[in-house]
Amino acid sequence: MKSLLLLSGLGIGAMLAELFNFKKLLFPLVCLGLLAAIGVSVYDWNTDIRLFNNMLRLDNYALVFTASMSFITLLWLLGANDYIEHETHVSDKYALTLFTLVGAFVMVSYNNLTMLFIGIEILSLSMYVLAGSKKNDLFSNEAALKYFLMGSFATGFLLFGVALIYGVTGSFHVEAIGDYCLANAGNLPTMFITAIVLMMIGMAFKVSATPFHFWAPDVYTGAPSMVTAYMATVVKTAAVVAFARLFYNAFGHAPVVWQIAISLMAVLTMFVGNVTAVFQQNVKRMLAYSSVAHAGYLLIALVAMSKLSGGAIFYYTLSYSLASLLAFHILFTVSGNKNEGADISAFNGLAKRNPLMAFGITVAMLSLAGIPPLAGFFGKYYIFNAAIEAGRYKLVILAVIASLISVYYYFKVIIAVYFKQSNEAAIELNGLHKLLYLICVILLFVLAIIPELIVSMLK
Amino acid sequence: MVQETMANSLHGVPINAYLTLSAVLFSIGVLGVLYRRNIIVIFMCIELMLNAVNLLLAAFGAFRGDSNGQVFVFFIMAVAAAEVAVGLAILVMIYRNTRSTDIDSLGKLKW
Repeated sequence: MKSLLLLSGLGIGAMLAELFNFKKLLFPLVCLGLLAAIGVSVYDWNTDIRLFNNMLRLDNYALVFTASMSFITLLWLLGANDYIEHETHVSDKYALTLFTLVGAFVMVSYNNLTMLFIGIEILSLSMYVLAGSKKNDLFSNEAALKYFLMGSFATGFLLFGVALIYGVTGSFHVEAIGDYCLANAGNLPTMFITAIVLMMIGMAFKVSATPFHFWAPDVYTGAPSMVTAYMATVVKTAAVVAFARLFYNAFGHAPVVWQIAISLMAVLTMFVGNVTAVFQQNVKRMLAYSSVAHAGYLLIALVAMSKLSGGAIFYYTLSYSLASLLAFHILFTVSGNKNEGADISAFNGLAKRNPLMAFGITVAMLSLAGIPPLAGFFGKYYIFNAAIEAGRYKLVILAVIASLISVYYYFKVIIAVYFKQSNEAAIELNGLHKLLYLICVILLFVLAIIPELIVSMLK
Repeated sequence: MVQETMANSLHGVPINAYLTLSAVLFSIGVLGVLYRRNIIVIFMCIELMLNAVNLLLAAFGAFRGDSNGQVFVFFIMAVAAAEVAVGLAILVMIYRNTRSTDIDSLGKLKW
């Protein structure tokens, strides 16, 4: 509640900044606000508050993601403030970012399908605008349109599912739906099963799971790089968490209906994402497909539904977000702010041009590929662990094969960085970027040292 | 008097009729989104999908004598209005750059 009010207020304040001309103060103010949001989540830890007539539930599961998403947004701002302040509409971009985060908070803490819908819409509406924030660029225009059309199309499916569930159970309450599921586990009416399928389609669009992923690579490529970085990290985390929350709490007692469908989706997502990424020359598009593939690994944790799943999803999203954030920021600097990103050749000889960036992109790629001793490895380890505990060996074997494929394209970038020559000039970084790279790299190592501590936060 | 007979005859309509009607409307919306090429028509089809949901929610709400369904309809209407505002803004932006509202005028992003 406090963090919701805080960030909404800050967002409205940011819009007023254009009028009262305190734009210079916005960056520090927003950073302070995000730090305060993290602080509030820590303060509320272990309280399990229910708000608005039990429509939002701030349990530890919600709080931990609230804190991690605020933190990722804070890191993102360190690198993105260049992009935000570079062009016009500075205060609007800050405001939209904050509103997106508010939507993400609602999506991780909802306890009522009304709130799920509102959260998704708050997040999406701001994201559509951000994706199109380069108004004269056709790529950005097309990305915004595709994102908008696919987003509202998916919302339609989700809502039809919600309506059918209301018809069957007479409630929008996640817990009431869970009780209904438990009481009628053996003979669920067809309408209820149809509703589950429709909601699954809607959520699969949002997390970009195959076969509903086709919008993601286009939107990720067309949107301004910094917005893509945000989409691939915070937005993806929120969508996966909302998906998991829905299927655990509401449909957790009827796993037979959806587990096979989601496992199939997970396998397809991993393979389609990774195999297509192999053929990409454009690094931004490659990262987009890689982000599709990572959604597949997260779906495995969802299917496993063991008591390790919550912690595994948290650890995985955190390590994945840190690594992608690092990769996208370095790509942004290397590609010279071009919208469409850059070919792999743009990374040639980066080791000589800027050793810190070269080290950063190496760590990011190794972590995304899941090479030990980095956080990405432990993320995969905990997900596989949760799946094995649920007895899903086949899924784990397929996931291991898929991640072996992914090593190939992540290494293409590393090879370009260290073994290719280039005559490009050295790259100078400003202080904030250096700080961002250092924090991400250090955290990717530190998370790998204390994985047990983080995973055990959600038991 | 007229109202009462109206209400009675409406109560005579079984819930399955509403269900079928909104399923048909929803499908028309989905097919429209998939097959039409004009962006404005696609927006209208998305609205049709949302309104099919509204109809269904209102019908279930009345059927169960529960106001939750109707309240949800207000949420959907408010959000749909906001969504259309954003969508039309995006459309205007595209029209300024391409002088067209045809979805095929955009095709820069392909794998």
